[in-house]
Amino acid sequence: MVRTITGRPGRATSPAGSSEARHARPSSVRHRVAVFIRRYRLAPYVLLVPSLLAVGILILYPTVQILVHSFQNYGLPQVVGVQPITWVGFSNYSQILHDPEFWSSLRISLIFAAVVVPLTLISGTLVGLLLNRLGRKMSTFVASSAMLAWATPAVSASVIFYWLANPDGGIADWVMSKLPGLGGSAHWAGYSWTNSALPAYTLLTALLVWQGFPFIAVSVLAGLKTIPSELHESARVDGAGSWRIYWRVTYPLLKPIYLVLLLLSIIWDFGVFTQVYLIIGPGNPDEYNLGMYEYERAFTQPPSYSVASALAFVLTLILLIITVGYVRSSVRQGAIK
Amino acid sequence: MTQLALNRPARSRRPRSRRRSARKAGLNALGVLVALITLFPIFYMLSTSLKPATEIYSLTPHLLPSHPTLSNYRAVIDGSGAPDPYWTFLKNSLFVTVVAVLLAMVIALLAAIAVARFRFRLRTTYLIMLLIVQMLPQQALVIALFLDYKSWNLLDSLVGLILVYTAFALPVTIWMLRNFVAAVPREMEEAAAMDGAGPYKVFYRILLPLVAPGLVATSVFAFIFAYNEFVFALTFLLTDTSKFTLPLYVQYFYTRSGANWGAIMAASTLFTIPVMVFFLIVQRRMVTGLVAGAVKG
Repeated sequence: MVRTITGRPGRATSPAGSSEARHARPSSVRHRVAVFIRRYRLAPYVLLVPSLLAVGILILYPTVQILVHSFQNYGLPQVVGVQPITWVGFSNYSQILHDPEFWSSLRISLIFAAVVVPLTLISGTLVGLLLNRLGRKMSTFVASSAMLAWATPAVSASVIFYWLANPDGGIADWVMSKLPGLGGSAHWAGYSWTNSALPAYTLLTALLVWQGFPFIAVSVLAGLKTIPSELHESARVDGAGSWRIYWRVTYPLLKPIYLVLLLLSIIWDFGVFTQVYLIIGPGNPDEYNLGMYEYERAFTQPPSYSVASALAFVLTLILLIITVGYVRSSVRQGAIK
Repeated sequence: MTQLALNRPARSRRPRSRRRSARKAGLNALGVLVALITLFPIFYMLSTSLKPATEIYSLTPHLLPSHPTLSNYRAVIDGSGAPDPYWTFLKNSLFVTVVAVLLAMVIALLAAIAVARFRFRLRTTYLIMLLIVQMLPQQALVIALFLDYKSWNLLDSLVGLILVYTAFALPVTIWMLRNFVAAVPREMEEAAAMDGAGPYKVFYRILLPLVAPGLVATSVFAFIFAYNEFVFALTFLLTDTSKFTLPLYVQYFYTRSGANWGAIMAASTLFTIPVMVFFLIVQRRMVTGLVAGAVKG
């Protein structure tokens, strides 16, 4: 860094002179634009234009469109142009509210998040605490293997877990049949994990905890590194055990991090799609979660984009409510300086 | 470990150190166990991909293939099992990912400079918008985007994927890069400006070299997001299999190979290994970036 500064003055003189020369031409359009930007302090806005265009056209505009479509009748005839698009008021929403599949998918999403979120947070915390106490090499090794799980693409991870739990040659049935007190091979030979909701979501729970705990562990570890070791030492001298030290010293200090991790986990697990799509697959409506049901309403024949948009808006709205909490806790932590 | 020593000052040296090493061995064993459980699914994918069919469907699963074979890889690489050879999909994936990452980095760096170096009206609004946008569910937006892409003729097009990957990578990358830009001391830029360097020169000579590590860390996130992305690829790439990216190639084997698990695991390995190698190379920066981006906000 120092090199850049000290090496600078000698070289900087001549290009600075040439830029002066360029500024001397008052007729240049570039110059006039530059003066205009400087006079009205437009520089930050100019820098934001590309990101605003990209986010605006490809994220914000579709969000508004979903809301608009949810009040219309928009299906295949409207896409092809055979029939005009008409406004239908709240009828898509009332259709959803009387749809048992909507309620079942919503229930599945809620229960799934309620199970996976604590499991991920607890396992991630335990691994984070372990990483903090391991030696340098061992800690790097465990953290690297955990991060490999995190970096495994959702598609690969889903396919691998599906194979692990496959009735023909998968390893899960074999392990279950060997475990004592679970019914042995009579019950587990050829057991299908994806034929009904409960085993399918058990498999998905294992998958999402496996993919999700490394992020929690690394975040907790980063938080632990910021806690001065004297705090733990003095607590230990006072005779506190590990459990008490965690709840009385560590947890209160990491609370802000936990709040963010909790909200992020809820958002991810409630809205999970790729893994559900690959493990449960299209064609099993009893096992859909909310995201899956919405996607299938939009893209299986005959497509009903309007009902799906209403479902998508409900899903977005639920996630936005949680996001508000996430934004508030981020702001409170001084993230927006 | 020093806490333990403080706790029991009366004991003699030897039992204490024995106790300490026993405790350390226990922790290390626990660490190895966690690593083994974590790595097992990845290991089993590799192992299955090297097994011949007779071993894959045996009733008692074996950890390692007793007669390792590359026939599964041959089947998925040369294209006899898929409509095109593996290289087509790898090329598509890398093209889409690299272009999207480069675009996202340029756009994100500009935005990060704006929010880290300037105080302006709507700055807070902009930052909060990024936080919110990051959380919008892709499987919801994809409905509207599908209809838009249909009318913009961007279905079955890699350009369409690049655009959407760039946009969806932006919130996180801007948010992360902002911290890296803010970490560059403003005095350095001011000193350069005093010496007569114009804004472009300050950018190229001071800011860019100092933000470069941050750009690398951030681009890893964008890379992993774009390379792994499934929902948009599934929805936008419909009929033209020569445009498929690697996630769809894996899914193709998964849904149509008739449970040929050797081939599916081989395809999955070929999809996963590049991102893992890439990831291991940049891992150290990755963890720093993850922490900087996620925990600090």
